[in-house]
Amino acid sequence: MTAMLNVKDLRAYYGQVQALHGLEFALNEGSMTTLLGANGAGKTTTLRAICNMIRSTGSIEFEGKNLGNASTENIVRLGIAHVPQGRGTFTTLTVEENLQLGAITRKDTKAIASDIDRMYDHFPVLKQRYLQQAGTLSGGEQQMLAVARALMLRPKLMLLDEPSFGLAPLVVRDLFGILGKINREDKVSILVVEQNAKLALELADKAYVIETGRIVMSGSANEIANNEDVRKSYLGY
Amino acid sequence: MSAVQEVAAAPVIDAVPKKAMALGPVASLVILTLLIATPLFVKNFIIFQMTMWLIYAIAVLALNILTGASGQFSLGQSAFYALGAYTSAILMEHGNINYVLTLPVAGLICFIAGFLFGLPALRLSGIYLALATFALATAMPQLLKLGVFEHWTGGVQGLVVTKPDAPEILATLGLKVSQDMWLYYFTLFVSIMIYIFSVNLLKSRSGRAMMAIRDNEIAASAMGVDVSLYKTLAFGISAGITGVAGGLGAIAVQFVAPDGYTIQLAVALFLGMVVGGVGWLPGSLAGAAFIVFVPNIAEHISKGLSGAVFGVILILIIFLMPHGARQIAYGAQSLIGKLRRN
Amino acid sequence: MELFTNQVLAGIATGAIYACMALAVVMIYQAIDHLNFAQGEMAMFSTFVAWQLMQWGLPYWVAFVLTLVFSFIGGVVIERLLFKPLAKAPVLTHVAGFIALFAIINSVAGLLWDFTIKQFPSPFGSSPFLGSQLISTHQAGMIFVTLILLVLLFGFFRYTRVGLAMRAAASMPESARLVGINTGWMIALGWGMAAAIGSIAGMLIAPVVFLEPNMMGGVLIYGFAAAVVGGLSSPLGAVVGGFLVGIFENLVGTYIPGVGNELKLPIALALIITVLVVKPNGLFGRAIVKRV
Repeated sequence: MTAMLNVKDLRAYYGQVQALHGLEFALNEGSMTTLLGANGAGKTTTLRAICNMIRSTGSIEFEGKNLGNASTENIVRLGIAHVPQGRGTFTTLTVEENLQLGAITRKDTKAIASDIDRMYDHFPVLKQRYLQQAGTLSGGEQQMLAVARALMLRPKLMLLDEPSFGLAPLVVRDLFGILGKINREDKVSILVVEQNAKLALELADKAYVIETGRIVMSGSANEIANNEDVRKSYLGY
Repeated sequence: MSAVQEVAAAPVIDAVPKKAMALGPVASLVILTLLIATPLFVKNFIIFQMTMWLIYAIAVLALNILTGASGQFSLGQSAFYALGAYTSAILMEHGNINYVLTLPVAGLICFIAGFLFGLPALRLSGIYLALATFALATAMPQLLKLGVFEHWTGGVQGLVVTKPDAPEILATLGLKVSQDMWLYYFTLFVSIMIYIFSVNLLKSRSGRAMMAIRDNEIAASAMGVDVSLYKTLAFGISAGITGVAGGLGAIAVQFVAPDGYTIQLAVALFLGMVVGGVGWLPGSLAGAAFIVFVPNIAEHISKGLSGAVFGVILILIIFLMPHGARQIAYGAQSLIGKLRRN
Repeated sequence: MELFTNQVLAGIATGAIYACMALAVVMIYQAIDHLNFAQGEMAMFSTFVAWQLMQWGLPYWVAFVLTLVFSFIGGVVIERLLFKPLAKAPVLTHVAGFIALFAIINSVAGLLWDFTIKQFPSPFGSSPFLGSQLISTHQAGMIFVTLILLVLLFGFFRYTRVGLAMRAAASMPESARLVGINTGWMIALGWGMAAAIGSIAGMLIAPVVFLEPNMMGGVLIYGFAAAVVGGLSSPLGAVVGGFLVGIFENLVGTYIPGVGNELKLPIALALIITVLVVKPNGLFGRAIVKRV
């Protein structure tokens, strides 16, 4: 099975500072993968590099094609949806407008309307607030809105940057449950970057651990969860 | 209905690190030497232009303190410049007061005016503050033309100001110093005093408070900075310094009239600040040079299209150095550093 | 009382000018989150182009449409050539760019067409409107066109996909890219539309204030003030703001003693600022709550 996303020798820079030092990993179609690491390890940087939001060198292949120096918006149009840190919701626009924006590059207007209804099924709380300004939603609601918006693209690959950040544990469980459902039923490949290792490992099939800009461990989620070092450093026991 | 918005990561005014507030010792010495020596070798008219250059540098420096340090955008400096100019002129011509003494008075009156303007301005920021200061700048020439003040201001015609002679003591020492030359060195002295004062102000606690306000007003007030006090203080100090520049300007030009202090002056000072590098005090000299000399150059190049040439030169400058002269200085500094290491 | 009504009506008529200008200002603000200080000069230049086309024999409406197209393209070109390279520069540098643009356009217009005033025709004629002595047909026409533009713009932003994409790109460019929007072209489009709307404003205003390179100076300021009073994010606010500013200006000139033409501007501005002190986000603007 060819990998859906293949990253080789990725080096990324913030100005003069190098944040990634030759990162390598791959994702298969239909998989749910998690990238774990401490603060500053380079998790967010990796996602940003994939979407060409920062300067980087190396090779990033999506569905066999090298992304090269394509602009962020063109990469998105290939079918990669990115839910950034801080969610990136359009706070001055309504919930419904946010969802419409998720599908702004699509041309099939009837399907877009039915997709919006499907999002309301996945996330009933959004339906209640569909005319409200997104900025007035709670943290958890905005996170759901961000995920829903990403799904409106009908992406092949979804990148999520710390979706659990700032959310209460019960809300996180709900959200991760929905992510699992989307992965299994809608066949969306997912790459989740997380600090919350425990939940992420319960959700994912495969896991990578990143430290100071390099992959230091990889394997199935089970293997990683049972690994001594991982347990001590990231799981607390 | 309200929208919640995360406070933007990037501040509107980009910060100048503290150590870069002033020029290094070598650069300062070179520039100072040039400033002191040059008038001895050039004609009186050039000396007069250099005097105006210094005067505008003082005004641009004042704006740098207001916008660059405390983050308040002002298009109204021409009003304080005018106020200072007229104060000096009126005191000299109606009150027979020595020109030197008029400057602190002009400075004080403008400080108070700036402080008072700063109070209601506290409620405004960004676009709204720009509009308010713009209103002030457009109002000033009209206020100066008002009939009710005409006895003092000379109305539309304005006032003629007597140019001071060099002090007699110099003649007794055998030094022949022209009016222009004396005025130049006097202005240079005042500029240096103001520059030293401003650098120290920005390095002090008050300066840090202002810069904290510029970078993140909410955080600053949470840390106990009295935001209202420092913002109005910044307005007052900036206005006061501009007033001193105005007074000097009145004396140098020997003339004050309402139409000499229009919004065009305010725009010119703003451009001077941007070209010099916002918030970088030494840049005021570069910015003032732009204001004083480039319009003349533009007219030389093409009389009919002088405005267009000016605009094109300005665009070239902001394309090449979007952060102003400060960019060139930093670039030179790191280049010298690299050469040194090799 | 009759004087008051007259002045209010006259204010609404002049207010239509400011409303039209304010629409262009809001248009560009929606696209780039900045005020374009050269907007007035661009409108003036477009109006001169229309005038020149008519001098060359083209009928009014042909010249009108050609000017619209020219202005739209001109706006896009200016953005791509001048402001795209400045995209990463600080805000104040952008302002310097606007000022430079102002100087260039004003100077070139002066050279091409000199500073003597010229007549500019109105498609509405200038007979009394419905027999009333207060509003001429041209003024009524101005109000009418402004209202149509308002409806069109409102519909554009609210109900079209491009309008939504533009609003998204202006409010949060990075998020907009993450949904696949090409923010660069959204900005260029915004500039083009603003230039076109500005040209309409210019062509409506010129019959009243007469065509010359400095005709837009005061109008632009009032246009800004109107846009700000209206809340900068709302075309409806811009139009209401325009009418209010027109009424203010007229009432100030009529009722405050000793205020000649020169002091009208600063006093009107002062009144507007008072409105802002009371309602800092304008009349129709949304309060943005800042989260630390």
